Amino acid sequence: MNAPESPADRDALLRDLAAVLPPSALLVEHEDLKPYECDGLTAYRQLPWIVTLPADETQALAILRACHKHRVPVVARGAGTGLSGGATPVAGGVILSLAKFMRILAIDPLACTARVQPGVRNLAISEAAAPHGLYYAPDPSSQLACTIGGNVAENSGGVHCLKYGLTVHNILKLRVALIDGTVVEIGADALDSPGYDLLALMVGSEGMLGIVLEATVKLTPKPQVAQVVMASFDDVIAAGNAVAAIIAAGIIPAGLEMMDKPATAAVEDFVHAGYDLSAAAILLAESDGTPEEVAEEIAAMKSVLAQAGARDLRVSQSEAERLKFWAGRKAAFPAVGRLTPDYLCMDGTIPRKHLAQVLTRIAELSTQYGLRCANVFHAGDGNLHPLIMFDANVPGEVERATEFGARILELSVDVGGTITGEHGVGIEKVGQMCVQFTREELEAFHAVKAAFDPAGLLNPGKAVPTPRRCSEYRLTGSAQGAK
Amino acid sequence: MSDQMEMFSERIRAASAEKPLCIRGAGTKDFYGNALRGEALDTRGHAGIVAYEPTELVITARCGTPLAEIEAVLAEKGQSLPFEPPRFAADSTIGGVVAAGLSGPRRASAGSLRDYVLGVLLLDGNARELNFGGRVMKNVAGYDVSRLIAGSLGTLGVILEVSLKVQPQPVADVSLRFAMSQADALDRLNRWRGQPLPIVASAWADGALTLRLAGARAAVDAAQQKIGVGETVPPGFFADLRDQKLPLFSAATLWRLSVPATAPALDLSGEQIIEWGGAQRWLKSDAPAETVRAAAAAVGGSATLYRAPAEPKERIGAFAPLPAPLLGLHRQLKAAFDPRGIFNPGRLYREL
Repeated sequence: MNAPESPADRDALLRDLAAVLPPSALLVEHEDLKPYECDGLTAYRQLPWIVTLPADETQALAILRACHKHRVPVVARGAGTGLSGGATPVAGGVILSLAKFMRILAIDPLACTARVQPGVRNLAISEAAAPHGLYYAPDPSSQLACTIGGNVAENSGGVHCLKYGLTVHNILKLRVALIDGTVVEIGADALDSPGYDLLALMVGSEGMLGIVLEATVKLTPKPQVAQVVMASFDDVIAAGNAVAAIIAAGIIPAGLEMMDKPATAAVEDFVHAGYDLSAAAILLAESDGTPEEVAEEIAAMKSVLAQAGARDLRVSQSEAERLKFWAGRKAAFPAVGRLTPDYLCMDGTIPRKHLAQVLTRIAELSTQYGLRCANVFHAGDGNLHPLIMFDANVPGEVERATEFGARILELSVDVGGTITGEHGVGIEKVGQMCVQFTREELEAFHAVKAAFDPAGLLNPGKAVPTPRRCSEYRLTGSAQGAK
Repeated sequence: MSDQMEMFSERIRAASAEKPLCIRGAGTKDFYGNALRGEALDTRGHAGIVAYEPTELVITARCGTPLAEIEAVLAEKGQSLPFEPPRFAADSTIGGVVAAGLSGPRRASAGSLRDYVLGVLLLDGNARELNFGGRVMKNVAGYDVSRLIAGSLGTLGVILEVSLKVQPQPVADVSLRFAMSQADALDRLNRWRGQPLPIVASAWADGALTLRLAGARAAVDAAQQKIGVGETVPPGFFADLRDQKLPLFSAATLWRLSVPATAPALDLSGEQIIEWGGAQRWLKSDAPAETVRAAAAAVGGSATLYRAPAEPKERIGAFAPLPAPLLGLHRQLKAAFDPRGIFNPGRLYREL
């Protein structure tokens, strides 16, 4: 890679950084670097070379210019909650932490927008907008901790994106630093701007095209009320068909989530939400809007679900009960975490009609690899999160879990879906990119990267594999698979 | 279904910077952007709906498929394209719709065309068949090239196929009209924007504000009680607005100003239609181009010379100029997909 090898280079870079940063914002000692060695994907660790903690734009740009000058890779980092290794350090690289960029710069209640620094937490935006009856709609389950800069980098979703969209649908403007320290404004306070849609390109680019210095996000009027129906099914296929039936009835629920039996068991034990433990699948379907609208939609969904074979239907009777029904779904990852020393969270999206086939195959793979798997599913938009349970201390289990995960992602591609719906490719799924895309398509991605970052210094090695990496993957990855 | 991919590939291989291609469907948007250059590459022969799954909320069609055919198929299942692209003629193609990237009256509430693009199959400048995105709603594998293609006016490649997210048609759909000044209309729209009201479209013109409320019956009824009943709206008003059939749209020189919705009434001579809650302002005006561009820029927006004679369009360009670093990125991206500069040269910007 581009990392300088000799200590002389390191000293030269450190001198340049020390000239623009106070000592407290420049970490070089092993014990200071240690907390940055991984993000939410803890299975992969790499000690960074240097960690920088700029306090303002001037410092951030100076860091980029210094790294650009010395040809040293830069990895941007927000809260480090990402699940795909997007913020995992690069060997011989610098971490640019945006932790100090935590100011909400403006809330405009008339325009329904918020202008924020990248280190502002997702939920903090909604909290700041609440007095105006507004909120920021995308709600990844890490929303308490994850930052908007990271959300932009990953195009984060959540449980309400079927109705309210992903990050890409809720960002109006970005102030972005390019690797050479140039600042560009992408998007506008208007609804569109001339030229190519660079905003769409920047959202979900995993810190590889530029670094977000400021984001203007869209705020949504808070619905007056919300209610959720919880339905139990005797088999997952019926539950999947029920989802299709709701859509076919012309309803776009605010949230539409499914959990299979192992997932339900894990969360019920954790949050005591009153889930039906004997059901093969549980569906949560939420409606929001005016009281009249919600009453109408809940009645319609109840009737569709009953016809689709739901054996038990419960409607939340209070806001407390609604939150209780959701608590289990939102806590699914930590709940599964209690059952197992380690787990891998997959993130494929599939056309929903293939749900039965995919879940059946996952069950077979679970037997084949001898590892338990619980499934939580953003049923409305086809985004499936199988949680593969394993114990890293048992020899061979990490490898088996990784292979099991790879097979699930390949299966998602086979049925016409994608390897990642909302968590990003990072380092975790870079191998499976070779399954989803052809050599020519990957070349096009590299060309897009080079258009922004010709020296390949921003988050190198993530998201888009090299041809060599793909050759290796084809030899060692899918060749062993049980496709 | 008809397949012309081989023909497209041959034409791409034979093209050069000196003999570029002008990618064209029915030509209903020839007026849009800078002047057409190059030999026509007719996309209409590559047509047909490839897949439509109403319960997956996705439709996939080849570039030459008429928009009218797609909308008819969707309507049979009670679905539609919520971004409501203008229907300039019955034979407008979906490839042209996506390449132009224009969105209609519901844009401020439902989102823009690019918001509904899920995937694109593209032939690039080396006739490589590239598939970006897909037919699922959530997909973050690789850069979002399919949304980059939306609105790129054919400068990056030939769109072979496109997958779009669709939505159910609203159950209730009513239009209301209130006589009021432009300033009053902008003020009302500002106050309504932050409230959970089902206002899906708005248009101020000729001293009246017309609103479209749509969604669940109960929500529309409740909103009407809050806003008032208003005057009768001529039937088909919002359809005519969508299809740009109102008299203002036949102006010889027509500007499209994209500005922050909260921007005040602009001090520009001429006639206006204000849409998107204030964020899109159509302007028929003889004011100098520089004055219009400056007025839009002053409030944080931009002005597109939407329809205009060759002079001043050739001179000042259809689209507002880009700052140098952004133009640099545009040139690099153009070179990445069309290294030989054969697709629609100059249509978007002289430099591309």
